[in-house]
Amino acid sequence: MDALDAQETLPLAALHAELGAKFVPFAGWSMPVQYGLGVMGEHKWTREHAGLFDVSHMGQVLLPKDADAALETLVPVDVIDLPEGRQRYGLFTNDTGGVLDDLMIARWPDALFLVVNAACRDADIAHLRAHVEGVEEVSGRALLALQGPEAEAALAPLVPAVTEMRFMDSQHHDWNGQTLWISRSGYTGEDGFEISLPESVAEDFARALLSDDRVQPIGLGARDSLRMEAGLPLYGQEMSETISPVEAGQAWAIGKVRRTGGDRAGGFPGADVILDQLANGAPRRRAGLLPEGRAPMRTGVDLYTSEDVDTPIGQITSGGFGPTLGAPVALGLIDASVPKDAPLYGELRGKRLPLTQTTLPFTPNGYKRSTK
Amino acid sequence: MKFTEDHEWLSADGDIITVGITPHASEQLGDVVFVELPELETQVAKGDEIVVIESVKAASDITAPLDGEIVEVNDALVDNPALVNEDPTGEAWFFKIKVEDPSALDEFMTEDEYKDHIGE
Repeated sequence: MDALDAQETLPLAALHAELGAKFVPFAGWSMPVQYGLGVMGEHKWTREHAGLFDVSHMGQVLLPKDADAALETLVPVDVIDLPEGRQRYGLFTNDTGGVLDDLMIARWPDALFLVVNAACRDADIAHLRAHVEGVEEVSGRALLALQGPEAEAALAPLVPAVTEMRFMDSQHHDWNGQTLWISRSGYTGEDGFEISLPESVAEDFARALLSDDRVQPIGLGARDSLRMEAGLPLYGQEMSETISPVEAGQAWAIGKVRRTGGDRAGGFPGADVILDQLANGAPRRRAGLLPEGRAPMRTGVDLYTSEDVDTPIGQITSGGFGPTLGAPVALGLIDASVPKDAPLYGELRGKRLPLTQTTLPFTPNGYKRSTK
Repeated sequence: MKFTEDHEWLSADGDIITVGITPHASEQLGDVVFVELPELETQVAKGDEIVVIESVKAASDITAPLDGEIVEVNDALVDNPALVNEDPTGEAWFFKIKVEDPSALDEFMTEDEYKDHIGE
């Protein structure tokens, strides 16, 4: 157990163990990878009912409410115009137009609230502190995600106001005298909520959710297959310091006012590269890929335009089996010059196996964009 | 029945040995979604990677436990890989291999020794 001792432990680790979790090391944390249902069962459960994920390993950061202009120097996002009670997806870019991390940015009446990836947490906070005054790393709060078509119905008995929230709302609500920071968002393609709450009440809250027959605990294994089917990028795979947001298919996150011709065009790291790619195209692009056979093609598989050509045109960045689709799925990064309907081949165990390019997501998302 | 350190079970009928993976291995793999079997009538050498198993979590393989010839493969696994999780020691055998020297099986673990090996 020495290796595990070197890792950080989730505040709800004892509950996960009681629920039958298998743990794996991930980004310096000991994380539940699956419970009794197994990855396939947990994936399907989340698509049909509601899955509870412990994502307390992610970094939570508060900034002063007037830090929006300073934050805009680090992200190509329109933060200044972000309305109160709303959240936006963002990216920390670097000077060469790559990505340091992706994050969520919420505006509350009294602060900005960020959620960053566990693996990048320390670097992100140092990066923020170098450019923004008043950066506060949140401690003592767990982060849970409740995801799936029955998430609202399972959460509403505890927090009735969530029925009035829509996709990407971020609000404070009370439960048992404690303040929950709730956003209607997630990483599965389903409707759902992400809930930051004091560690002291996290177990009681999680048990209250799990007492609902519609809710099952879900591990990192299904989190990955769910996000892949939803076409959602993972930092370190679809995005990296050498892949631009335009190449990663994340150009939609770049605010109109931050683009060429906008009132606050540029002014973020790598703006020259990224704005040029928006105007003139990027060298590579993200591709949704369906292997034609049953064999999953995973990260690092080289992609070719024919069975015998020598030079690969890209690689698979994430791949595996999509339980809802009942077939393998993959995301790739390929040369932008490859036509969108061109058949591709992945080299697996010395054989070239065909893949079809497809639009993303692989499975339709269930976001609740209006409360009507 | 005999067991290998790679979590295969071996069941002998004369010089024909049926090979599968143990319930312990099937549980560790998680939900199996893809199986690739060796070609019939292939001569294989001990240690050759002759079966590919992909679960939702990862890819792994089964090696030939002994030198021999593949005389039968279980095509049902190709169509229904989940059998590996449902019935690893029954319906989910992978292949049958004809060996020259069945006494070579003696080198493998008994069930009790295998249980010790996996700490049960």
